Amino acid sequence: MARINDVGGMQGFGAVDTTDDTEPFHADWEARVVGLFNALRAQGMFNTNEFRDAIESMPAKEYLAASYYERWFTAICALLERKGVIEPGELDEQGEPTEQGEPAGLEARERAEQGESAELEARDG
Amino acid sequence: MSGDHHDDALISRRVRRLETLLEERGVLSGGALDEAIDAFLAQSSPANGARVVARAWVDPSFKSRLLADGTAAVQELGYMEGSYQRLRVVENTESVHNVIVCTLCSCYPLRLLGPSPSWYKSESYRSRVVREPRAVLAEFGLALPAGTEIAVWDSSAETRYMVLPRRPADTESFPEEELAARVTRNALIGTAAV
Repeated sequence: MARINDVGGMQGFGAVDTTDDTEPFHADWEARVVGLFNALRAQGMFNTNEFRDAIESMPAKEYLAASYYERWFTAICALLERKGVIEPGELDEQGEPTEQGEPAGLEARERAEQGESAELEARDG
Repeated sequence: MSGDHHDDALISRRVRRLETLLEERGVLSGGALDEAIDAFLAQSSPANGARVVARAWVDPSFKSRLLADGTAAVQELGYMEGSYQRLRVVENTESVHNVIVCTLCSCYPLRLLGPSPSWYKSESYRSRVVREPRAVLAEFGLALPAGTEIAVWDSSAETRYMVLPRRPADTESFPEEELAARVTRNALIGTAAV
């Protein structure tokens, strides 16, 4: 079965938003993710084919919901977990902010202490 | 959708946390990321592709070499050195207009065109330009005569494409640098003419 990234000829995605980006990146974190990819690939942590496979292995729903560089970050994290460099959930520690991106407050820390901080696990790739 | 702002704060914290972990574990040194970003941006720009096009417009023998072996020809100008990818340059003519896509992901001649625009990576563009290229080009404001054939080139991990646009008629006396200044990123992708 084709993976979700194989969209050629698929119908239903609507008109192209032809807005021309003037800057290479929309946010600083996007540049950091590209830097992570280039630096880790250059040192042989993974190769481009592994990286593409990690993106293309994302479940369809997550793939379509993620922005372009979110997919990159998901793939990088997945490969680092596979190679034992980081542990699943490790980026969630220290009072994870909520899905809405609010700063981690007392409530979040309390929940974390009670072991209920796993709401973002689905995003870890 | 790209650039959802409520996600930006969240993901940027996660990226920073990953950077910190990789530094603590000795996987990345302190300045490695900044160096990688600077190197990427320094060697990747649509100005590079524009210079290749301008050279092809003024130098017929370079143009022949460019169309025969894109990788070797752009390496003459100092681009794509050491790249494992193959560049194929496709020429627009009176009867054929070329446009590039990567239906599977986002393959693109980064070093010649710079980071790709968001629409190039969108599901809309990737899915539709292979099925209804004329309609998609119209959305970019490019209306082609009904008799013009449209060739769509689907990039792969190994082969990247770049369009050689047609030289505008009013530019006979232009020096090479001025010609290059007329060539836009969209013209190199094929979603605009020059």
